[in-house]
Amino acid sequence: MIDKITIIGGYNKQGEKEPVEKVFINRGEIFGVVGPTGSGKSSLIGDIEQLAQEDTFSKRKILVNDEEPSYEDRTNPRKKMVAQLSQNMNFLADMSVGDFLSLHAKCRGASSKCVNAVVNLANTLTGEPIKNDHELTILSGGQSRALMVADVAIISDSPIVLIDEIENAGIRKHDALKVLSGHGKIVMVVTHDPVLALMTDRRIVMKSGGMDKVVGTSEAEKSLSKKLNKIDEFMLSLRDKVRNGDVIEDIELGDVGI
Amino acid sequence: MKMIIVAGTPGSGKTAVLIHALRSLKERGLNSSVIKIDCLYTDDGKKFEKIGIPTKVGLSMDMCPDHYAIYNIEDMIDWADENDSEYLIVETAGLCHRCAPYTVNSLGVCVIDATSGPNTPLKVGPFLSTADIAVITKGDMISQAEREIFRERILEVNPNCKVIEANGLSGQGCIELAEEIVKSPEVSLDEEKLRHSAPLAVCTLCVGETKVNKKHHRGILRRIDGFQTYEGE
Repeated sequence: MIDKITIIGGYNKQGEKEPVEKVFINRGEIFGVVGPTGSGKSSLIGDIEQLAQEDTFSKRKILVNDEEPSYEDRTNPRKKMVAQLSQNMNFLADMSVGDFLSLHAKCRGASSKCVNAVVNLANTLTGEPIKNDHELTILSGGQSRALMVADVAIISDSPIVLIDEIENAGIRKHDALKVLSGHGKIVMVVTHDPVLALMTDRRIVMKSGGMDKVVGTSEAEKSLSKKLNKIDEFMLSLRDKVRNGDVIEDIELGDVGI
Repeated sequence: MKMIIVAGTPGSGKTAVLIHALRSLKERGLNSSVIKIDCLYTDDGKKFEKIGIPTKVGLSMDMCPDHYAIYNIEDMIDWADENDSEYLIVETAGLCHRCAPYTVNSLGVCVIDATSGPNTPLKVGPFLSTADIAVITKGDMISQAEREIFRERILEVNPNCKVIEANGLSGQGCIELAEEIVKSPEVSLDEEKLRHSAPLAVCTLCVGETKVNKKHHRGILRRIDGFQTYEGE
């Protein structure tokens, strides 16, 4: 059982000590990582994925339940505590969806019965249906991401989930986040999107490779988040219309309730 | 003398990973010398020199680089001795991967690129199956699921190797490799043997024949159906 993880700060891109020295993240918490491009968000996620022990560029150290994880815990996929959805939009593996998922299930020590569940879940997140006998490499960006999300949720069912920029995925991001952030998990989301950022409990602000500060989401922000959500749903409905070849005559912002 | 033999597909990141690992040895006050074996061209020698490590480059030209590396080992060890190095690192650009340039007491390190696809570990033969350490590079370019399958495939081919996931850009995993270099055994040249025999190639092509027609070929010839003959006197 993982109750908390600790990020012990290292150094930023200039080799200076990071302003944030220590961050504790508790079970059930959704944590955001924000900052401009190139500010080191993906590196921070990478450090957590590898449970870095001062052996990465940043020299950060990650503790699990206040202890250093063992080598076995860090590397054996069957024991892996971290599931990661990276920014990659495509698969490079030259095999069918079904073969790939059953191989991955085998690596993680999961049942091969998962395969159909993963495909079915992926199909709820993307417009174009994925089939078991599709080749991985010909899947569209949206299909690939949907499959990666479903794979992380079902096969790599780990207590820590890291998500890198889900908003660029071309999939239903709220549903995807819901699918990934199962009960009692530690979830970290890298995002530029205010809708997602304000859904988190706290967020780390990154600056030139270092953790600059930690901001707690205020009550005002939380209620704002609901409004933003409505705008987002409104935009999504417009997008669907455009996608389906409809013509948009006019928009009524009153519908959104703002 | 400890000898570390590093093999890997071209562009897999052998040099990038080694630079980080050797820098970490240097910070601990441990001396190493590098021999870089390539075929036609390399400027990797400069990269090692830049971090202050004595480096020698050998170009095998029209000869198999692994064969070339193997019968130059004695001279390499002498040269590393002259540099007062505790570690001799031989980086070789093997071509067909049917060779494994590792000797019994060296530390055999195979560097393999994760973006080359999950079937690659099954294709590369003794260069992976007889290695002590498999370093997987470019894992950040594929999904976690693909990375895990790649790792599993490596362990299928070589269940006893230690797998290190490394990043040649950020240096992740390279300190771990340095740790393994320090732990490697001593080599004594008199008794030293290859772990795996070099591939068989004794035919007219080896001595420069360029004609493709069957009638021009002599030596040990293997047909695509597996039948093998010796043509000649």
